[in-house]
Amino acid sequence: MTWPRLAGALELHQLGLELNGRPLLGPLDLAVAPGEIVTLMGPSGSGKSSLLALICGTLDPAFRSSGEIRLDGSDLAALPPERRRVGILFQDDLLFPHLSVAENLAFGVPPWVRGRKARRQKVREALAEADLAGFGDRDPATLSGGQRARVALMRTLLAEPRALLLDEPFSKLDVALRARFRRFVFDHARAEGLPTLLVTHDPADAEATGGTVLRLGEDPAAEAAPAAPALSKATGG
Amino acid sequence: MADALQPLTLSGAAAPVRGRWLRAIPVATLLLFLGPIAAGLIGTWLPAFGYLPALGGESFGLRPWVELAAYPGLGSSLRLTLVSGLLASLAAFALAVGFLATCYKTRAFFLLRRLLAPLLSMPHVALAIGLAFLIAPSGWLARLISPGLTGWERPLDLAIVQDPHGLALALGLALKELPFLLLMMLGAIGQTRADQRLAVARTLGYGPVMAWIKTVLPAIYPQIRLPVYAVIAYSLSVVDMAMILAPATPPPLAVLVFRWFHDPELSLRFLGAAGATLQLVLVAAAIGIWHLGERLAVRLGRRWLFAGGRGHSGPWLPRGVAALVSLCVGLSIAGMLGLAVWSFARRWRYPEALPGEWSLDNWLRQSDGLLWAGGTTLLVGLAAAGIALVLVLGCLENEKRHGLHPTSRILWLLYLPLLVPQVAFLFGAQVIAARFGIDGTWGAMVWSHLLFVLPYVFLALADPFRALDERYVRSALCLGARPGRVFWTIKLPMLLRPVLFALGVGFAVSVAQYLPTLFAGAGRFVTLTTEAVSLSTGGDRRVIAVYAFLQALMPLVAFSLALLIPAWLFRHRRDMKVIE
Repeated sequence: MTWPRLAGALELHQLGLELNGRPLLGPLDLAVAPGEIVTLMGPSGSGKSSLLALICGTLDPAFRSSGEIRLDGSDLAALPPERRRVGILFQDDLLFPHLSVAENLAFGVPPWVRGRKARRQKVREALAEADLAGFGDRDPATLSGGQRARVALMRTLLAEPRALLLDEPFSKLDVALRARFRRFVFDHARAEGLPTLLVTHDPADAEATGGTVLRLGEDPAAEAAPAAPALSKATGG
Repeated sequence: MADALQPLTLSGAAAPVRGRWLRAIPVATLLLFLGPIAAGLIGTWLPAFGYLPALGGESFGLRPWVELAAYPGLGSSLRLTLVSGLLASLAAFALAVGFLATCYKTRAFFLLRRLLAPLLSMPHVALAIGLAFLIAPSGWLARLISPGLTGWERPLDLAIVQDPHGLALALGLALKELPFLLLMMLGAIGQTRADQRLAVARTLGYGPVMAWIKTVLPAIYPQIRLPVYAVIAYSLSVVDMAMILAPATPPPLAVLVFRWFHDPELSLRFLGAAGATLQLVLVAAAIGIWHLGERLAVRLGRRWLFAGGRGHSGPWLPRGVAALVSLCVGLSIAGMLGLAVWSFARRWRYPEALPGEWSLDNWLRQSDGLLWAGGTTLLVGLAAAGIALVLVLGCLENEKRHGLHPTSRILWLLYLPLLVPQVAFLFGAQVIAARFGIDGTWGAMVWSHLLFVLPYVFLALADPFRALDERYVRSALCLGARPGRVFWTIKLPMLLRPVLFALGVGFAVSVAQYLPTLFAGAGRFVTLTTEAVSLSTGGDRRVIAVYAFLQALMPLVAFSLALLIPAWLFRHRRDMKVIE
């Protein structure tokens, strides 16, 4: 496989995951261009979420990985998660319950935005963007599910990530809300030119991206003999 | 975008070395912890076999043991120790299991769960004194029903407290250990999905009690085994409570040993060391016998399970057990109330139900002593609990960051200070501390308290700390926060409630310490506990009550603050409330 070296792209090269000596995933080759959304689908236990954790650097040390992850051409392996600038959204919004909405957002604003005023301005803009102007002092617990989800995305974007990982962030929202929030997330990811990796169980999510879909570990034999979950459709576009 | 490159200009190689100092904390903690115990045991065993050059013991021999065997009253002392200690352990265990089996998720259960923290906060000494003031022939209970019901115009001449069989001591110990065992069992139940097990068993036709005993108890027992052993060890080797509730001639073995260690006649130290070693053997044997009992119970239990008896669900059993447990809780609380009443009594003639005259005199007259003793108690307690908290947080954070999975062997080490009788190693530790010239210092005092504070702080904090959703941490890291910042701004505030609770537990444990204060403090420090114990051998009830009540009050206040501070700080944060 040629190594494309796209500017601003998220590239996985021969990426493999092992748990207790048992191969879990891969080897996987994949390149996600800026603004592109690639969907990863597969049964539970196929290592999708572990793959995202590996990319953002928070994988449990019990796992072993091989291969290379490059973001904008540079290797991520040596960087601790807080320096990778890879944003992630989980199934739950994970707003910090002890902080107000504005404090949650401010937690994401990077340190190079200096001065109270400038930081506050960033937070205010994010609130307006999420249609939540004036909600800054609220307790996150008093927000609706859709509002919380939007705050979570804005918090992630405020940290100025260079790539976005989505770990089933739509699965806990009800159907009506789901489509709207999905569009909200995708629009922002494209507008900011973020290479985006989406993990989901829902074919509708995959369809909505209009992009590449990867299926992990679909071989039924993989269930019985989990020695080598195959990658049935390996493509990087 | 220049911003985008910023992180990459920093050295990526820094990643693997961070947290190196954190890695040292578990090792330092274990050394801090096991060092004094190991040294103390050896420092006790050597004189037990005649070797202690400082006192002229230059050669090894069995003389201390010969003297110990010939000591008049040793036999009855051992019998007293075993009867009171084993009875208390068995009663506390049976009541705790019985209560949960019969009353799980009933109103009584929820009520008791709310009372657990205040019950746990009661220091042993205050509880023992409160109980003695309650059940003695001239105690509050007798006064409440005399002379109306009993016709007693003067106190009966009957040894209810300090009875020759040690039953009062057993009762006091059981009252103290019951809440501890219940707390540990509740923690274990929380990790076993007990409700599902019970639901399955009930739908298969098992009665509620039978369902609990057959499906929940076997699941939680492995987790409460060490707490049960700690209860046995404590009950067999308690000194402070025994000095108040057990007979004085002969006393239980631990008290005897303690007296030999503090006798002006220095040659008795050898006898004491032999006695202390016997104490260790006694505890080890008792735990060994209990362990054999466990195995037998497992073997018989399997057959019993296989037989498939469904059990009955009559109402009398839950009611009976609930009544017994209520009685225990009631005695503890009434004991504390009694202390309060006595401390404000000017005159309280038998058999009046309440003091004839009330006053603040007892408190005012003791104010100097109270300030001194209370101040020392407060300082040592805060220092020990604070240091323990820092070490425990360091260990837990290290475990999380490096993805370590603690084994049960580590847990055994943690329980070691609670399994080894205090009298069995504190003397040796003091001898060694004296050699280094640190005995009788604040440092030695706090360190000695730390040995017993740390395990409890760890037990109180480990589960909530490990249960915190790791994804909060990951989110924060991916937002660009360094691990240190995540710890201080996310983890600690989110865990503020259990952190403060653990601090309260540590403080309460320190306040209750008696032997460590005397040994490591080399008799130079007076705390509320040492003062209450020394007054209790024949002082004025009103003065004793003042010290004992303040001793009980301090941990209670600490626990209240631990509940109120997070509640106030997070009053506008709904998801920070306790979920019940």
